[in-house]
Amino acid sequence: MIQVNGLTKDYGARRAIDNLTFDAEQGEIVGFLGPNGAGKTTTMRILTGYMPPTDGVATVAGYDIVEESLEVRKRVGYLPETVPLYNDMTALEYLKFMADLRHIPDAEERAYETLEGVNLKDRANSYIGTFSKGMRQRIGLAQALIHRPEVLILDEPTIGLDPAQVVEIRKVIREIGKDRTVLLSTHILSEAQQICDRVLIINKGKIVTEDTPENLQSRLVGAQRVVLRVRGDSDGLTGKISKVKGVRTAEPKPDGSVEFEFGAGEDARPQVAKAVIQAGYELLEMRPIGMSLEEIFLELTRDNAAGKKAS
Amino acid sequence: MRNIWTIAKREYNHYFISPIAYVVAFIILITIGIFFASLIGIYRQQALMGGAQAPDITPINWLFVFLLVFTTPAITMRSLSDEARTGTLELLLTAPIRDHELVIGKWLGAFLFILSILAVTLIYPIIMNSLVTPGIDQQLMMSSYLGVILAAAAFLALGVGISAIFTNQIAAFFSIFGLFFILWFMMGIFAQLVQGSGAEVFGYFNIASHFDAINSGNFNLRDLVYFLSLIALGLFTGTTAVEVRRWR
Repeated sequence: MIQVNGLTKDYGARRAIDNLTFDAEQGEIVGFLGPNGAGKTTTMRILTGYMPPTDGVATVAGYDIVEESLEVRKRVGYLPETVPLYNDMTALEYLKFMADLRHIPDAEERAYETLEGVNLKDRANSYIGTFSKGMRQRIGLAQALIHRPEVLILDEPTIGLDPAQVVEIRKVIREIGKDRTVLLSTHILSEAQQICDRVLIINKGKIVTEDTPENLQSRLVGAQRVVLRVRGDSDGLTGKISKVKGVRTAEPKPDGSVEFEFGAGEDARPQVAKAVIQAGYELLEMRPIGMSLEEIFLELTRDNAAGKKAS
Repeated sequence: MRNIWTIAKREYNHYFISPIAYVVAFIILITIGIFFASLIGIYRQQALMGGAQAPDITPINWLFVFLLVFTTPAITMRSLSDEARTGTLELLLTAPIRDHELVIGKWLGAFLFILSILAVTLIYPIIMNSLVTPGIDQQLMMSSYLGVILAAAAFLALGVGISAIFTNQIAAFFSIFGLFFILWFMMGIFAQLVQGSGAEVFGYFNIASHFDAINSGNFNLRDLVYFLSLIALGLFTGTTAVEVRRWR
């Protein structure tokens, strides 16, 4: 559905994206993950026909983004980062306007349907200027969905929403992603983990790595880390734990707990528990700390050397 | 065509909730209303003193266009600049419409708004016609209105075109007004200051002289071409500015 090959964009002397190559299949939700200024928005703007690339080719829904820009734009729904809304229009008027621009017959009916889909039907005749941030985001999403596009491109779709709304929007996106292609950008890693089938990590205009969220995690995490907490005094605990077979490192934390690490595949937890209890401590908690995508991400984007190591 | 109409319709409707548009409509209509009342007074006095000239509508239309020099910059300043500022331009530029359709639609919406104001002033020729026997010169009136329509279309095209260059509507306003000031006032002055072919060039660019020609009933191709060129120039500038925005 989306095929990108060697895409490059320069803003004057600054290279915003550098030789990007990736693709996205139908029914796939691809997450575009990267810090601010990594080139996510630039890539999306190129794919939606807002601006031409400096170099490289891309096709969306089978059409070239430069040569057949209008055909691409007909098939893409786009939610830009700053949700483009007219505050002086009602939700219904706005969606009707967008439906008219896309030559949808029965524009009003479709506008109502789409409003229902984003739970805004009861506010159809309210002015957008009076909407909360969450409602604005939803009406922006409605605008991107009104022509039932084959490809949906969403730039930071959950930014500025409260947790309940975030859950709701994510549900909507997953629903859409079942039969259509969704490319979404985010800098919230847990979000990518929850919604996306595949994650592209981008930094300084380059793709650092690309994989499913699960694979990314397992690929990068060679060791398992566990936090252990006991009641009362934990003096000497670190020494005891580090002597257990299989434990690679053990270090005391300022809050009195101990963090230890063992190699993946050689679970040292039962032995550690036994040793701790035998030494007379009262074991309160033993909790594994998964390496979060946050850490993976920091690891990957810290510098290019780290990126190479990871891929 | 359909896209142009969709854009134009939204733009036109937007004017009816825009305070600037109401202020502009108010200024134009109140000024012309007062002027019309005093014009009738003057014609009446002249008639009592023996009648110097046949009353006609051209002074009213001249004033209308003169007011457009000041008001169309305000009408068009936010046309495309505000879309760029608020980010809605991104919406329009990723919708399946061509850049020139967007610019023409914006212009058409503003044009229809000015035509709506102009339609209100049609009451004056009707009143005047009923006061004069055997009525006012119809041909002169038609030519005069054609002049107003062409001048308004040209002002608005240039306004929309310049608006596309800016994201700040105040900057757009002063650039548009500056251009109109030069075209309406300065060109005539330059033409008087220099002689020979220079004067001819400045004279040609003088909007006021082209409008005066049509407004006095001397309609010819030269003036029509002039106004159509300005419209084309404005719309072309706008389209190019939008395209340049994409490449930046």
